[in-house]
Amino acid sequence: MDLYTIIFYIFAVITLGAACVVVFSRNIVRAAFALLFAFFGVAGIYVFLLADFIAITQLLIYVGGILVLILFGVMLTSHQIHVDTKTGTVQTLPAVMIVAALAGTLIGIFWSTDWNVSPQLKVMDKTAPQIGELLLTKYLLPFELASVVLLVALIGAAMIARREKKPKD
Amino acid sequence: MQEFIIWLQHPGLTHFLILSGLLFSLGLFAILTRRNTIMVLMGIELVLNAANINFVAFSRYVTTTLDGHVVAVFVIILAAAEAAILLAIVLNIYQNFNTVNVDEISQLKD
Repeated sequence: MDLYTIIFYIFAVITLGAACVVVFSRNIVRAAFALLFAFFGVAGIYVFLLADFIAITQLLIYVGGILVLILFGVMLTSHQIHVDTKTGTVQTLPAVMIVAALAGTLIGIFWSTDWNVSPQLKVMDKTAPQIGELLLTKYLLPFELASVVLLVALIGAAMIARREKKPKD
Repeated sequence: MQEFIIWLQHPGLTHFLILSGLLFSLGLFAILTRRNTIMVLMGIELVLNAANINFVAFSRYVTTTLDGHVVAVFVIILAAAEAAILLAIVLNIYQNFNTVNVDEISQLKD
């Protein structure tokens, strides 16, 4: 059991434990903060897969952006007078059955398939320059489309959120 | 049993795939059972993260090119856009209906 393996399991346990708190916690603020640790654990997993750029992007965008947005959503939509941050669940039993069956199937497939693992694993250091090159050559059209999508989402979100309730006349 | 212990000691592609499968299942459970829209959004983010782990793991172990990383970047971009739009919609729904529970929002206009 070398250090690599131990650290891998530590990150895996952080990710899955935090995800369990997100899913099963009844307090929505606690769930949002547990999501922080889940994203952090996933960033650690990316480091294990030698994806340094993706790991940093994960930290910047998920932890720095999406999580803050989610926290804003939590704060703005909980009742102002008595802070009711508990949330209920619906249809727990059918969902447990469906999800357990799906997880069993997925793990069975992952376990039994003979994956075509490449015989010599390249050491990928400094992935950022190569990703930049791919984005501007092979994936130029999706890259430009992504920028348009982000612009549309920005304008759309501002439009939808700013719309004020018309006074009833 | 002995083989299983040896397998546990050498993290490879299957370990990452099983991790992402468990993460996907947890996210799907949150989507299916939670009443609060923001909790559903958190479930969606977990599912997207699980998919991203798969992309990067296959990129590392099977293709050994960086195409999976580029797809992961696009997934992160779309997740950010989706979170912004969803929260704008949720704020609007909260103003109109005074609730964010998905089972109580059953009308398109009030």
